Amino acid sequence: MTDTVIKAENLSRHFGDVKAIQNLDLEVNKGLIYGFLGPNGSGKTTAIRMLTGLLIPSSGKVEVLGYTLPKDADKLRLRIGYMTQKFSLYDDLTVQENLQFIARIYSLPTRQQKKRIEELLSIYGLENKRDQLAGSMSGGQRQRLSLSAATLHKPELLFLDEPTSAVDPENRRDFWEQLFDLSDQGTSILVSTHYMDEAERCHKLAILETGIKRADGSPDELMNNMGAQVVEIASSSLRRLKQQLIALPEVISAAQLGARLRVLVKDSITDPVSFLSQQASINADDQLTQVRPSLEDVFVTSTGASRQ
Amino acid sequence: MKSLIRIRAIVGKELIQLKRDRMTFGMIVMIPLIQLLLFGYAINTNIRHIPAGIVDYSNTGLSRILIQTISATRVVKFSTRYSDVQQAQKGLASGEVRAVLIIPSDVSQRLVRHPAVGFGSPPSTDEETSRPVAQWLVDGSDTVIAAGIKSLRSMPLVELLNIPPNRNTPTFEVTLLYNPEQRTAVNIVPGLVAIILTMTMIMFTSAAIVRERERGNMEMLITTPVRPIELMVGKIIPYIFIGAIQVSIILGLGHLLFKVPINGSLLQLAGATFLFITASLTLGLVISTIAKNQLQSMQMTIFVLLPSILLSGFMFPYEGMPEIAQYIAEALPATHFMRLIRGVVLREVEIIDMTFDVTWLTLFTLVGLMIASLRFKKRLD
Repeated sequence: MTDTVIKAENLSRHFGDVKAIQNLDLEVNKGLIYGFLGPNGSGKTTAIRMLTGLLIPSSGKVEVLGYTLPKDADKLRLRIGYMTQKFSLYDDLTVQENLQFIARIYSLPTRQQKKRIEELLSIYGLENKRDQLAGSMSGGQRQRLSLSAATLHKPELLFLDEPTSAVDPENRRDFWEQLFDLSDQGTSILVSTHYMDEAERCHKLAILETGIKRADGSPDELMNNMGAQVVEIASSSLRRLKQQLIALPEVISAAQLGARLRVLVKDSITDPVSFLSQQASINADDQLTQVRPSLEDVFVTSTGASRQ
Repeated sequence: MKSLIRIRAIVGKELIQLKRDRMTFGMIVMIPLIQLLLFGYAINTNIRHIPAGIVDYSNTGLSRILIQTISATRVVKFSTRYSDVQQAQKGLASGEVRAVLIIPSDVSQRLVRHPAVGFGSPPSTDEETSRPVAQWLVDGSDTVIAAGIKSLRSMPLVELLNIPPNRNTPTFEVTLLYNPEQRTAVNIVPGLVAIILTMTMIMFTSAAIVRERERGNMEMLITTPVRPIELMVGKIIPYIFIGAIQVSIILGLGHLLFKVPINGSLLQLAGATFLFITASLTLGLVISTIAKNQLQSMQMTIFVLLPSILLSGFMFPYEGMPEIAQYIAEALPATHFMRLIRGVVLREVEIIDMTFDVTWLTLFTLVGLMIASLRFKKRLD
């Protein structure tokens, strides 16, 4: 077996007339954190459900950890962990009872069960919450409990579906630290998100929109190859300027960031700063600077096509 | 082996959840307790104290004695006097009374000519002599009440005439076995076991699985190695015990309060109950694989519950129903259990002798479990 943990070819899934995923090709390597970036309804959850064997693809091939899906879904289940978007453990069970239930379902030997649960409670800082009902915990605590339940049987591959959507920024940072720890121990992780900063932390990512993969690669690759350059303009009349610039065919988008306007210009213009300075709408005292692209710019350029 | 561990995990989890859910826990005990008290006392097929009115055109000593004699049977209770038949009919229509006794002005002449007086039976064609003493007007819409009044049709008039009863030899001698005192509770209480178990068992299991789906737990469960049949069996086991508790409450209290005999052996009783509980639980499981939410599962439970009450022989004798209704009744587990439990509790039969009902319940469980496991997919589509 090679280092590929997930391999999907031409994967599609329809719900009636709705095409949730269209012709998705995917290759995820072992030991990496792979991200699915996309807005709500872009097919992230559907893609993850197909990769875990919960949904049967309408067409296409999927191979996860060497198992062909959906045929070998039962065997695959022992080796993957899945953290659902919505909290899916039992609200009316305590932290410890929830973990015990999962440990028994995966038939861990009794002595190992205790040890593993203690280990997880300490890793995820839930030791003093062990007798609290899961339903009465905060979003961050529940998320840590979900992660500990999903990793209890030490899966080789972990699927996380928008794990941080109900969590504050500080908890989000801690959570990613824990993901990097897992990744460091050799766990491959596939995580979906709609936060740019989270996507930027992934080793590699795929940008999804309306069920279609628009781009993939490492964040740096994506930023370098996005086919556009970024200029920031500091001006006094940004709202008017934005309307005028966006009408130019060479300008992909313009977005206001506080007192500056962030303009994406097509790569065909070699010197975007002088190109923009020549425009009638730019005043002499406006300041133009070319800046490093961000992942958000990548997202805008790669998904913009279908919105226009 | 691993299968057993997983089943135990589900049973354990189910018990903890049940323990935390005080309301459900309370209902497990309160449903059989309260319903037993309610129905044990309330349901009575012996008609008593039907409110009745009188139109007395004769107004003689004789008519008053006639009224008293009828009152003494306690089938009717005279509550209102009407001056004429029109008024009496209004009373019937408004529901003030359910029957009216009309005593004609020539009641004494009619009585003297009446065969019961002892001048021999006149030919029934003779209009003068074969006329009844008085007339009942009855609200016949309720057949049970109508039958109650009809039973008065040939009541003896011995007290009225102060003559020794004219003892006719009956055509048949009737010996009432198993319930010689004709107490309704003796028949109702064992039947109540079937009704309450149908309700609670189907409802609990169908809701138990649908609830997991509604709360999103199912998405987690199906990514684990647990197999559908393990999930089903694990869900059922706790409720088997709950069913056993409910049966003990109903029959135990029925024995203490309503003196319902438990003639058969407890082992036979346990066997019959086990068969029925598992059949009802698998029916609940099948419902849970069809219903999308708890409201739907509740509706389907009631869809099964109503015919179980009305067609199973709990309320009306099975034999009296038209053939098609009997076929429908045969499909319901409650019908078979109704026969089994009444047989064991009242007539001391061995369930093994009631092969048809035992086989049917067993097959129902096996087929139900199979359908539920097949229908339950470890997928979301």
